Amino acid sequence: MSLLIQKAGILGTVQDLGRFGYRRFGINTGGAMDRTAVRLINILLGNDESAAVIEMHFPASEIVFEAACKFAIGGADFSPELDNLSIGNWRSYSVQAGSVLRFPAKRLGHRAYLAVSGGFSADFWLGSRSTNLVAGVGGSHGRQLQTGDRISFADANSARHGPSGVISPAIIPRYGNYPTVRVIAGNEFEDLTADSQLAFEKQRYKISVNSDRMGFRLTSDPLVAKSSGEVLSSAVSFGTVQLLPDGQLIVLMSDHQTTGGYPRIAHIIDRDLPVAAQLGAGDGIAFHFISLAQAEALYFERERDLALFRVACR
Amino acid sequence: MAKRPPLFIPLGDSALTVEFGSTISESLNQRAINAAQTIEELRFPGLVETVPAYASVSVFYDLVAVRRAFPGYATCFDAVSAVIANAIASARDSPSGQRAPIVIPVKFGGESGPDLDLVARHNSLPAESVISIFVSKIYRVYMLGFLPGFTYMGELDHRLDTPRKDSPRTRVDAGSVGIAGRQTGIYSLPSPGGWQIIGRTSLEIFRPSTEPPCLVGPGDRIRFVEEK
Repeated sequence: MSLLIQKAGILGTVQDLGRFGYRRFGINTGGAMDRTAVRLINILLGNDESAAVIEMHFPASEIVFEAACKFAIGGADFSPELDNLSIGNWRSYSVQAGSVLRFPAKRLGHRAYLAVSGGFSADFWLGSRSTNLVAGVGGSHGRQLQTGDRISFADANSARHGPSGVISPAIIPRYGNYPTVRVIAGNEFEDLTADSQLAFEKQRYKISVNSDRMGFRLTSDPLVAKSSGEVLSSAVSFGTVQLLPDGQLIVLMSDHQTTGGYPRIAHIIDRDLPVAAQLGAGDGIAFHFISLAQAEALYFERERDLALFRVACR
Repeated sequence: MAKRPPLFIPLGDSALTVEFGSTISESLNQRAINAAQTIEELRFPGLVETVPAYASVSVFYDLVAVRRAFPGYATCFDAVSAVIANAIASARDSPSGQRAPIVIPVKFGGESGPDLDLVARHNSLPAESVISIFVSKIYRVYMLGFLPGFTYMGELDHRLDTPRKDSPRTRVDAGSVGIAGRQTGIYSLPSPGGWQIIGRTSLEIFRPSTEPPCLVGPGDRIRFVEEK
């Protein structure tokens, strides 16, 4: 009961919602970049929200289902084709053994997710099946997917259960290639000069080629801090926007290091992380400040949507 | 000396940092580690994890569980701040557990410590003195970060103070013991790195198959011994 990576794409890994409780040891959470996409397709399939999925970048792997199963794709739109017929994201499909899944063209977003009913049974490490590439553990042998890899289904009856269905567009993150994401101020925002404080929200930033699951380097007119230098290292978070010594920003993503000492200018709100997580080199981003209370309200709004969807899928 | 009350700083919308100060000192670090322990023992509803650092502890939480348990606050940040402030204030100020120092054997110089001579030259000392000064102290693990199991330790004797390399090595071997300013650290895994490497231990610092997966934790004390 498995699928076969017939032809590996780039940067394919097994991920779930992350590894928690070990950041004090320098072990980052990892996990899927676009967690809302993962939760949605898992709920659609009747899975635990944190069931393991395959995260794919473009070009994505060519995959052969070696057993009948039910699956769904979410996140980036790589124009999926099942046995050469076009299929869509955000809906569940039942397939027989031998069916082939391909992703011929990138339309929108940079990370697509494949979930199967019952989830994948990949290496479990410290409470998570996410791949930690630095430590070489978790997921599929602690590394990127390679041609010939087999990923087992956790449930031998993956084909049978779970409702068929489609996810309402209203609860799918609004992806774009130049989104404005909402942020709350970081502790060192006021260390920027008055001009740079104004510029932060006004300018647009390009995602540089130097961007990966650890972080996105942004390019823009440099921002200037009143006092130069670093701050005493402390924990940082997924979505933290730091100011580098050259005046450029870096946004910390899923595989970020646990601690950092660059000034924290802002934090992308959890609600908008999926939108940021779908960006890649050449895309743009802009920031818009909201209050912490608003950020929390947007978080709860999403959780209500997901809770309703969960009930609907039962 | 009067203790500054800690600052509560949002770290995004699902975490906050309790900051006790902005300098490297054993007492601030001990306050951060004690606070982390107090919060872990309290296990308030919604607590995900604590991450102690030099002079702060960051607390990650689940908003849905916090809101359910503490509905009376304007924000979850306010609720968690209040719960933590209260717990820290009423916790006894215990000194560190004073576990016996963890002994780490190190081979200095040569292939194991390619920067030993550079550190010696930089500080106008013979290499043997760098080693004897280095092993004469017990170091405190202020925090872990950078890599799984990478230890930030201090404080290095001022006679060994050496800046990071201008351009980092593309690969530092696992077990390498490095110096950066007044800090020392052990590369728990092979990695790119800019610290001056004076030696290497054969002890496995990061052990993925054990629980916890690291030989040392925040607040531990380390004693290096020379392995000939």
